[in-house]
Amino acid sequence: MENISSFDEMHLLHELKHYLPSQTPLKDFIHHNSLHAFQEMKFFDAIFKASTIFGYQATLPLQDFRSLYHIGRIDDDVLSRVIANRKGVEAIEAWKSNCLHKQYDEVNVPRIGLLRQEWKRKYKIDVDNSVQPLLFRILVGYLDQGIAHTSFPATGLGFLDSIRALEQNSFTSFFTSSRAKQLLQKSSITIAELLEIVVGNEAFYEQYIFDQQFSHRGWSGIVATVEDRPETLLSPKKISLHDVIVFELLLEIDRLDTVLGELWEPIAKDSILKPIDLFASIEEQEFHEILKIWQEAFEWSYYDEVLAGIQQLKMQNSTGSTTTPKPSFQALFCIDERECSLRRHIESTVPSCETFGTPGFFSVEFYFQAFGAKFYDKLCPAPVTPQYLIKEYDVTDARKHDLLYTSKTHQLATGFLSSLTFGFWAGFRLIQTIFKPKMSPAISNAFAHMNLQGKLTIENTSLEDKENGLQVGFTVDEMTSRVAALLNGIALTKQFAPIVYVVAHGSSSANNPHHGAHDCGACSGRPGSVNGRVFAAMANHPKVRLQLQALGIFIPESTQFVGALHDTAADEMEYYDVAILNDENRLLHIQNVTAFEHALDLNAKERSRRFASIDTKQDIKKIRKAIKDRSVSLFEPRPELGHGTNTLCVVGKRTLTKGLFLDRRAFLNSYDYETDPEGKFLTGIMRPLGPVCGGINLEYYFSRVDNQKLGAGTKLPHNVMGLIGVANSSDGDLRAGLPWQMIEVHDPLRLMIIVEHFPEIVLQVIKSDTSMYEWFINEWVHLVAIHPESGELFYFRKGNFVHYETLAKDIHFYKDVHTLLEGAKEMETNHIVHATQENLPVHLYD
Amino acid sequence: MLVVLQFLVFLPLLGFFLSLLFSGQKERWISTVTFGALGLHLLLVIVFSGLWVATDAEVLDLKHIVFYKEDTIEIYLDFYFDHFTAVFSVLGAFITFLVAIFSSFYLHRDEGYKRFFNTLLLFYFGYNVVVFSGNFETLFIGWEFLGITSFLLIAFYRDRYLPVKNALKTISLYRVGDVCLILALWMSHHLWHENITFIKLNHVDLVVAHIQEHYYFVLFIILMLVIAAAIKSAQIPFSSWLPRAMEGPTTSSAVFYGSLSVHLGVFLLLRTYPYWETIGVAKLLIIAIGVITALIASSIANVQASVKTQIAYSSIAQIGIMFVEVAMGWHTLVLMHLVGNALLRTYQLLVSPSVLGYMIHDQFFNFQPKEKIAQTGFSLKWNSTIYMLSLKEWEMDRLFMLLLWRPVKWMGRKLNFVSSKWAIVILVIVYITGLVAFSFEEQIPQQLDEDIHLLFGFIGLILVLRSFVERDNAIRAWALIIFSQFFNVLSIALLNDKYEYQEILLYISGLLISAVIGLVCLFKLKAKERKIDLQSFYGNVYEYPILSFVFLMSCLGFVSLPFTPSFIGIDLMFSHIHKHEYLLIIFTALGFLLLEIAVLRIYARLFLGPHSKLYHPVAYRSS
Repeated sequence: MENISSFDEMHLLHELKHYLPSQTPLKDFIHHNSLHAFQEMKFFDAIFKASTIFGYQATLPLQDFRSLYHIGRIDDDVLSRVIANRKGVEAIEAWKSNCLHKQYDEVNVPRIGLLRQEWKRKYKIDVDNSVQPLLFRILVGYLDQGIAHTSFPATGLGFLDSIRALEQNSFTSFFTSSRAKQLLQKSSITIAELLEIVVGNEAFYEQYIFDQQFSHRGWSGIVATVEDRPETLLSPKKISLHDVIVFELLLEIDRLDTVLGELWEPIAKDSILKPIDLFASIEEQEFHEILKIWQEAFEWSYYDEVLAGIQQLKMQNSTGSTTTPKPSFQALFCIDERECSLRRHIESTVPSCETFGTPGFFSVEFYFQAFGAKFYDKLCPAPVTPQYLIKEYDVTDARKHDLLYTSKTHQLATGFLSSLTFGFWAGFRLIQTIFKPKMSPAISNAFAHMNLQGKLTIENTSLEDKENGLQVGFTVDEMTSRVAALLNGIALTKQFAPIVYVVAHGSSSANNPHHGAHDCGACSGRPGSVNGRVFAAMANHPKVRLQLQALGIFIPESTQFVGALHDTAADEMEYYDVAILNDENRLLHIQNVTAFEHALDLNAKERSRRFASIDTKQDIKKIRKAIKDRSVSLFEPRPELGHGTNTLCVVGKRTLTKGLFLDRRAFLNSYDYETDPEGKFLTGIMRPLGPVCGGINLEYYFSRVDNQKLGAGTKLPHNVMGLIGVANSSDGDLRAGLPWQMIEVHDPLRLMIIVEHFPEIVLQVIKSDTSMYEWFINEWVHLVAIHPESGELFYFRKGNFVHYETLAKDIHFYKDVHTLLEGAKEMETNHIVHATQENLPVHLYD
Repeated sequence: MLVVLQFLVFLPLLGFFLSLLFSGQKERWISTVTFGALGLHLLLVIVFSGLWVATDAEVLDLKHIVFYKEDTIEIYLDFYFDHFTAVFSVLGAFITFLVAIFSSFYLHRDEGYKRFFNTLLLFYFGYNVVVFSGNFETLFIGWEFLGITSFLLIAFYRDRYLPVKNALKTISLYRVGDVCLILALWMSHHLWHENITFIKLNHVDLVVAHIQEHYYFVLFIILMLVIAAAIKSAQIPFSSWLPRAMEGPTTSSAVFYGSLSVHLGVFLLLRTYPYWETIGVAKLLIIAIGVITALIASSIANVQASVKTQIAYSSIAQIGIMFVEVAMGWHTLVLMHLVGNALLRTYQLLVSPSVLGYMIHDQFFNFQPKEKIAQTGFSLKWNSTIYMLSLKEWEMDRLFMLLLWRPVKWMGRKLNFVSSKWAIVILVIVYITGLVAFSFEEQIPQQLDEDIHLLFGFIGLILVLRSFVERDNAIRAWALIIFSQFFNVLSIALLNDKYEYQEILLYISGLLISAVIGLVCLFKLKAKERKIDLQSFYGNVYEYPILSFVFLMSCLGFVSLPFTPSFIGIDLMFSHIHKHEYLLIIFTALGFLLLEIAVLRIYARLFLGPHSKLYHPVAYRSS
């Protein structure tokens, strides 16, 4: 029966790519929503659908929610209110009882994978077991970026053609039977043709391929990503999902032919099975309703406390005096929630200083070419494609090498000599690594991203000066518009202090393939040092200042900007171009550095409370040293905890949160509604919040609730594959998502964005862009507008802002931050019920 | 000085028992005990070795506990100390101590924190038993501990499929090595009429005379030893298990497969060197293995694009060279090479996650697009062929599948009838007949006696085989194994007039306790889960961790974990088979080989792997 094919290969490949993980090679770690494929649906519909199709765990297990309720982490009043909102006031008792006591069948057998189980039933053959190890080995060999000494021959041709060439030019073969070997050489071979042999029934084609590719979603995902964005690999590889599917089908045919001869019946021929529409809508289940209630109750138990805190603080502030003296210095930080504690500490150290938060690329987007580098680093948010290039020059330090890593040690003769020489050196290094950890070339060092003494091509000298289509440096006009945009956005347009620090951040860590995930998300997973330095240089440029005046921003001549980098793992700071400071500012700078050092001490102490190996009560300098050692310790799988616990994003003046202890859980974006009554700047500020902060938050969420399927599992057994990813063993699938060590402290709550502006303006802003609106209307993030005048709270629900009344009454208060930190609980185990107890409640402080 | 030896061996065991006392959350206690035991041990072996060198460096030999004694048979522990022991023990102590410290941070809050340190200490104890062993029995005890602890550490992440599968794969191959070792032990017992100690092997005249007398039997022993060494050191064709054994935390891979465990094959060769140094064929064989391994393993290492696999194969290649060095008698060189390689690979494995950052960074500055060397004709064909073969690991995996497991499974499947009801009735009748025959042994004609014992040995093997392929019913699989052991014992008893009730009792008592406990566990599991088959891995450890532990213990008792009565029983059993009893030794050895695999297979399928109940996050099969 040769009807016109209903099977559409293009469509299938397109659909597949949509649902496969889109994580890039690990060198470019960019956080994103793990379920991005479902983002056009409402959050809960999406997660339960994904769960039904792919078997992901979509929320915490029911039992964990119940335990969280019993320890008081989920508030009873909040639970009642959530039920009332969803089911009506009269249903509270009934649903609460269901939530707490009713037994549900929690088993979730996914739709994916059912068809291919037939192989085992039909022929007692474990197809995956015999195909996957070879397939993965060939894939990693092909994609390898430089581990193997002998690389895959003929990679320039494309995956399938390379294998064809290899097979033709060899005395051996990847196949053990003849049919598949012949089929491979047929250049016109199509997926449909092979599926006819393997599946035999068109109704099952799509399902079969989905089953097949999702049995190793890691590898398929990286193939799809590299196909669409080949530039993510330094050593370019031509590969396509199509080629991989064809090859895998051929290997399957080969395996079955070898065992059964060529006359086996396709898997779905005359099958008693019915084809499954993987993406068919799912039935409503009471169990899902229960999970929705619990999830929201868990979320609001925290949000409510935060909102109450903000409100209370606002009330206090409105009674206090509003005169602000001229600040002693100002510092711009990334909105990153890891900087929120450092800002708190520098403010408490120097009460007269002023801090701001803005995405850590500081509105300057460009590619960066380090001195001697053969490639560019993109230093701006992932979706942006910069037109500019900043080059580093005049670097005198030589790059250091570590001979213990050279691939020569893996060859026969050189390996022999290495054993006899380096071997003993390695023994010595082993001792040093353990007892005296220190920075080495093999440790990713945030400060090495850019050389302290090197120079940068910041200013464009001629519009003709282009490299690879990129303009080298920015013109004065271009600089001015960027500086103005940033300063307007954070409302720093007057009252400039003598020194304005532009503090970027990065992270040093050892033995950590996921180190990119700790760097600045707004700089595409790199340290932001170049951006900080470039922005400072722009803002110091006399011509730029002149143009800024025309735009109403008057920066006095005595004010100087200084770029800096904060290493969030080591808690160290480095300052750039301080030589340009005038005499007066140089003295001030020395004072400020001392203050920053003090704040870093405190920051280290605050972070240390979550590290079992450091005693928070010991001398603060010792803590600081221990924190620094951590970042260079090869044995430390948690150099820092990354974005763990991130839950909030506050867009507003610093006064909104200054005085509120948010436990490093809040992204803080400075913004002043007064300077932006129509929400013009607000649109620019809010557009990236979904993809950047929301992306981070959701990746943590999903890696937390299902670390096995959506996360990378524990990192302890990870094996680096081809320099592009990690797998658990030599024959394993690539693991996308975050490792267990990064998410164990995280409470899986969606992001709550709090904006200080009139609700109608906020509504107008989010509706101005459909892709931005999707994040809110589909509930992937929560949104609250805080009325700037009345302080009332409005929650965005189903397309409108509705009034929100907080339940929490008494907000904790602390006088001495040391007591608070030293008294904090430490988790017994990393089970959510224990882990969440490490989080400190919202506190007010002086 | 002699007396101190035993403390050196048993200190890690003491540490192991102490480490059992603390709950998994008491990380600090567990690690402190571990550091204490290992640190003290390191100090002791260094001081001891130093003193030993300072005082003439005379070889030490200490006859320790006698387990069993009868007129012709004596089984005892024997400890030994020479320069090989010194090097291996100091190296082992150094690496294990440092890696333990490394691990105490690395494994922080890992679910298996306690399991890891318990197993590490037990492994280390086994290592020391091997290194300090003064006779084959003692060495074998240590060897067995290494096997079991390897299994446990490879399957450390027991909730995933690949670790469990690879643990079974590794232990299966290890088991082949164990059987070779036990055959060597068996033969040497018959040749020497005693349990030969390594110190006696140093008497050149004695050994030379002995070899002249029993040349071919000696060759057999040496062949067995070489195979055992080649498997432990992952030499060709036994290499493919090593990269797959790196499933546990990076630190355990570093200790076991990067350094200590894989170099024990070299140790075995060094230890037995006086025995084969005068035999040209043996030397040739070892050199051949070494050379082939060095070439092939380095060709495989060349194409590996994953870090740990690359390290595994490059280490294998170096060990190949060491085999050559041992055979050539360059023993100082081999010790240097070995220590250097062990330290280098340990370090490289420990820092293997850094490779991503370091090499990408390096590439960022030094990338050279690979220049295509236009090849044609033969060199192109040759290079492509080598590349493909290396990528496929020279088909070693398939070789074992085809030569070893496929035939065993095929035979097992042909034996389906064995478990039918009437077959069981017949077997019981046969067994009772056998018992009767044993009681009236003197009255049975000699020829009949011999036929019967062979039949019994054969039935014993058939039953294990059958159990090995059983898929539908775990209890049946277990029962078949128990049954097979009864046949085995009777077979040997029938053959050997000297084999007395007392010995049978010793063996059976050890076996029976484990068998019954195991059975109880299985029935308990069945009561809860209703159906317990062996079709796939069920991961029941998730719901029944204690039951799983108890069952594991009974498995270990059953497969004669050293020091259990059945261990001595097995040793005795083998001692009672005469050297000309080829068929019986084949049956028994094969049965012994399959026994452990069959038992651990039951454990793994029922309790390990991804949990079959999908109400919580369960790992993908491919992860």
